[in-house]
Amino acid sequence: MKAENNEKPRISVKNLNFFYGKTRALKDINLDIAEKKVTAFIGPSGCGKSTLLRTFNRMYQLYPNQTATGAIMLDGENILDKGQDLNKLRAKIGMVFQKPTPFPMSIYDNITFGVKLYESLSKNDMNERVEWALQKAALWTEVKDKMNQSGMSLSGGQQQRLCIARAIAVKPEVLLLDEPTSALDPISTAHIEKLIDELKEDFTIAIVTHNMQQAARVSDFTAYMYLGDLIEFGETSTVFTNPKRKETEDYITGRFG
Amino acid sequence: MPLHNARLQRQTLYDTIFRNLTRVAAFGVLALLAAILGSLVMGSMPAIHAFGFGFLTNPEWDPVNDHFGALVPIVGTIVTSVIALIIAIPVSFGIALFLTELSPRVLRRPLGVAIELLAGIPSIIYGMWGLFIFAPLFADNVEPWLNQHIGTLPYIGPFFSGPPMGIGIMTASIILAIMVIPFISSVMRDVFEVVPTMIKESAYGLGSTTWEVMLSIVLPYTKVGVAGGIMLGLGRALGETMAVTFVIGNSHELGKSLLNPGNSISSALANEFTEAVGDLYTSSLIELGLILFFITFVVLSIARYMLHKLGQREGKVS
Repeated sequence: MKAENNEKPRISVKNLNFFYGKTRALKDINLDIAEKKVTAFIGPSGCGKSTLLRTFNRMYQLYPNQTATGAIMLDGENILDKGQDLNKLRAKIGMVFQKPTPFPMSIYDNITFGVKLYESLSKNDMNERVEWALQKAALWTEVKDKMNQSGMSLSGGQQQRLCIARAIAVKPEVLLLDEPTSALDPISTAHIEKLIDELKEDFTIAIVTHNMQQAARVSDFTAYMYLGDLIEFGETSTVFTNPKRKETEDYITGRFG
Repeated sequence: MPLHNARLQRQTLYDTIFRNLTRVAAFGVLALLAAILGSLVMGSMPAIHAFGFGFLTNPEWDPVNDHFGALVPIVGTIVTSVIALIIAIPVSFGIALFLTELSPRVLRRPLGVAIELLAGIPSIIYGMWGLFIFAPLFADNVEPWLNQHIGTLPYIGPFFSGPPMGIGIMTASIILAIMVIPFISSVMRDVFEVVPTMIKESAYGLGSTTWEVMLSIVLPYTKVGVAGGIMLGLGRALGETMAVTFVIGNSHELGKSLLNPGNSISSALANEFTEAVGDLYTSSLIELGLILFFITFVVLSIARYMLHKLGQREGKVS
């Protein structure tokens, strides 16, 4: 499904099917994710939106019996190709999860963890990178005096911004956000939403959310999914004010789901 | 209303009884510990008077002339336990890693159960197996090789030279390692399993390999549990009697080589109590027991302290 726009696609999904064992969880998904825009995936639980997100960095591959067919094109390569170097792929595509997942180490080490996997920077360059990532994640002023404290000692909202900083420190092209605010209070949620708005200057962002207002607030494009089908995909303003499909209208007006 | 009150009173009474019962149980343990320590100290008084602190550093064990020193069994106990851990920790980590991350799902349960069964084998079986099967194999195939290839190296050579008899410190250490592996690996597996999937996925999502995830995320996340498992294994290794007695050689000689027979505190106790004649002999053996008690206590305390320090360094508020 094409959104009516002339944006350059960063990721193109073509005829994507996904299986948990024999259960088909995604059905012939076709969509383009535009570069340096925010694309939101909404839909009731079990509709496949998280599953779709997890195909972009092949996270599903950690588990047996999960398979994907079709193609997901990024930089002219099919992500789903067997020969795809997972580590390189995951350097290009960062991910943030439902709950904050700080690693059991200091704030500084949390940020450098991913960077060290790909680059060997001098002490100075590394410090700069850490500051850059924390600035981008709007966390720098809060943690700059306690870089050696455990990442787990931060508040939930700070932890989640730490995770975002950790993901962008690797300088990925795409950021996947899987319900990034579902475990946070409203103020922290507002922080993160503001952050998403700033991050799209540098990154292509795909966000899964349960919260339709959030999708309306932060995204440029919205995809509505239901039971593994992509029902409607288009500019957020159109999807929310003038949906083409009855199912979408029912869902966003709260008559269903 | 009165009925209600009566019921409430009865419940308060039950609560009080229950609370006191649990308190008695908890303090009972403390009292028992104090009693054991007390009787050990009392029993070893004659030896302490006779030999003082020299008991700890004297390698001589001469029942004929009533001269006793504990150095050989102390060294034997510590050396066998340490070597056992050096062997057992990496192997256990590998087992736990395989069972939690790499093994196909169908193999996980049977393998896990097999390892737990290994922990249930009585130590005397390990001792018999060690003496009749393992020691001869070790003497014929491994020890000559150690002699030839490592025994000739500078510095570490002397530790691996000596007659290939099969029984000795090294054999005892290996048997001990086999015995503690099930304990350490099943604890490690259990704690690895409770690491939240999402935190592992976060590390995989940054492009880490399984090995990097295990080493930098899972291991630090579970370090308290892992250390607990290692301590459990160390506790078992320090106190293990039967299996060690079979294969250590029971010789009160202080040799440099790990292939030489030696002695451990618990095997000295097991072997010699029946033949201990004279108060000083018995008392020296009891003092050995006291020392073992002490070593275990000190080792556990150091482990606790280290964990505490580790937590502080990370700045975790605990």
